[in-house]
Amino acid sequence: MIGADAIIKCLEAEGVEYVFGYPGVAICPFYNSILDSDIKTILIRTEQNAAHAASGMARMTGRPGVCAVTSGPGATNVITGIATAYADSIPMIVITGQVDSALLGSDVFQEADITGAVESFVKYSYLVKNANDIPRIFKEAFYLANTGRKGPVLIDVPIDIQNAPVNKFSYLEEISMRTYKPTLKGNMAQLKKVLRELDKADRPIICVGGGVLLSGAKNELRAFSEKYKVPVVSTMMGIGAMPTKHPMYFGMVGNNGKPYANRAMNESDLLIMVGARVADRAISQPDLITQNKILVHIDVDPVEIGKNACPTIPLVGDAKHIFNDLLTMEMECEHEAWLETLNEYRDTMEKKRNPNPDYVDPAGFITMLSEKMHDRAVYVADVGQNQIWSCGYHIVKDGRFFTSGGMGTMGYSIPAALGAKIADPNRQVVAVCGDGSFQMSMMELATMKQFDVPVKLIVLKNNYLGMVRQYQHFTYKDSYSVVDLSGSPKLENIAAAYDMKYLRLENMEKAEEVIDEFLKNDERVLLECLIDPMDLV
Amino acid sequence: MQKKVFQLLVDNNPGVLSRISGLFSRRGYSIESITAGVTADYKVTRITIVAVGDDVVLEQIEKQLGKLVDVRDIQELKPDESVYRELALIKVKATPEMRQGVISVVDIFRAKVIDVAKDSLIIELTGNQAKIEAFLNLLEGYEILELARTGIAGLCRGSEKVVHIED
Repeated sequence: MIGADAIIKCLEAEGVEYVFGYPGVAICPFYNSILDSDIKTILIRTEQNAAHAASGMARMTGRPGVCAVTSGPGATNVITGIATAYADSIPMIVITGQVDSALLGSDVFQEADITGAVESFVKYSYLVKNANDIPRIFKEAFYLANTGRKGPVLIDVPIDIQNAPVNKFSYLEEISMRTYKPTLKGNMAQLKKVLRELDKADRPIICVGGGVLLSGAKNELRAFSEKYKVPVVSTMMGIGAMPTKHPMYFGMVGNNGKPYANRAMNESDLLIMVGARVADRAISQPDLITQNKILVHIDVDPVEIGKNACPTIPLVGDAKHIFNDLLTMEMECEHEAWLETLNEYRDTMEKKRNPNPDYVDPAGFITMLSEKMHDRAVYVADVGQNQIWSCGYHIVKDGRFFTSGGMGTMGYSIPAALGAKIADPNRQVVAVCGDGSFQMSMMELATMKQFDVPVKLIVLKNNYLGMVRQYQHFTYKDSYSVVDLSGSPKLENIAAAYDMKYLRLENMEKAEEVIDEFLKNDERVLLECLIDPMDLV
Repeated sequence: MQKKVFQLLVDNNPGVLSRISGLFSRRGYSIESITAGVTADYKVTRITIVAVGDDVVLEQIEKQLGKLVDVRDIQELKPDESVYRELALIKVKATPEMRQGVISVVDIFRAKVIDVAKDSLIIELTGNQAKIEAFLNLLEGYEILELARTGIAGLCRGSEKVVHIED
């Protein structure tokens, strides 16, 4: 057995079914050994998208997604994908080939110090120097990636190590690392304090972030909210933790969120933040959430607590454990008047839009689309105006909502949707992007074709980098700079080139029948929607 | 702004120092000194860091360092519960006529002359930072050719707070 065989055995032991990647000489021993395994390989069209596809798969399965690329440019290309996963705490294993270890540091062909380069975007990284260390390193890497605050782990493997003999292969069942022990159970005294404050509160609210989804605590959150009658708002990463139409859910907060969600949070007297970082897009003024209210901050990463706002009650732990513990305690709670107020806000404060009838109204379109999508469908939003419309108007029923929330990486939706669809082929998966983000990842239409992955794509086309154009509209008084996308290809021809079904919607008149046609079959289809270039989110 | 001394026990993995120093530069924390050396257990390195910041920043520094996978333990070494020492090597210009003057200052501070050349001396001095500053002040009349300071190493007093590392 050689090092590359050992890596494959580790992946098998971890239950890995797919590897996304792009080969080069330095990773060839790995891609040769994988031929003898049942693990399937997906040749992505650029390395960054290998990480995004692994991210989509990880978010579906709850297990680390895996990608493997070559040294040098292969490794540096994957960095944006790693940083995107890191910002959203997505568990991922990135394997990079490396030049011969005897040549390390001598700037040979396709050498890059990738462990050094990704230092600030990974939870941990390894440079393998002995093939016999492979089983331990992979066990640790999977454990690190998918416990505590999840995140990407990179393993750099020089080609001679991949080819070196492995004397004895044994893969540990369990692992404990003496320097790394995440706290999952909440402190009992703190938990009791939370309930005591909840008992006293007249206007409590929960704000959930992506941590609740990563912890798999959707059901526990709902049970908690329903048992103690506590309304819920969410950050962008927390969308989908509650069904959009759930009576206790009051929308996304933040500067791109719902006015009634922000108002609810501001007027609360007890705010329970769970699995959220209190980052600038959700909470632009951290001072406001500590004034005149009790702030409880629950997170599995102790560093996040107190980083941006000082909570009254800090509570370190995993959301699922904490909700379960809180649910076992007995207490009666009613917040009738508060819920009534919030319902009134929700009914009266929805932002009014004046859609241009000559174009597709993205708000109306997305609402109609999501109503017609399967209950358990996956909706992947890209970055730009399309993301904000998606957050605002997509209705999550029992499905999932993915997007690049922390890093805001354009081009995320197509590869992430590809990864999600491969992870669960029975689910309907729809990716929504703008004409800018589409062109950042449109090479993956080939991957979808080659591996027969029937993702449904929507391009909201306005011939602009809309989000930046909007910013220039407000900040620079319509002095537009480098946002005109008028060289874009005819999407009809692109679809034809990749043997995809193509649909086009020019205004809302035929929206219903076009959406029906779009969703009808489990097939690769591209729907182009013409959006008013001057529309604002 | 205040100063805090942190003691870290870290696994002796490749790149551990760069992970720690990288954290300071990337998050914009100020570091005054950092010293590292292996402990009685050769797999573990003790690092003493002097950091500067306000309360919030210093709390973040402690948490962020503690979060690093290689860090086994982090503690503040409080001034009244700990001892700190720093080593300084000072090369002073001294012609044969000037030597006696330098040596008398060296004696008062219980420093040592560890090298003598035709026109210079190297002095070794150990102490807390205040002592080293005071010594350097007294040398003002002389020309310091080169100065090497290690930054402080520290330990807590007594045996109560000793961190026992188990495998």
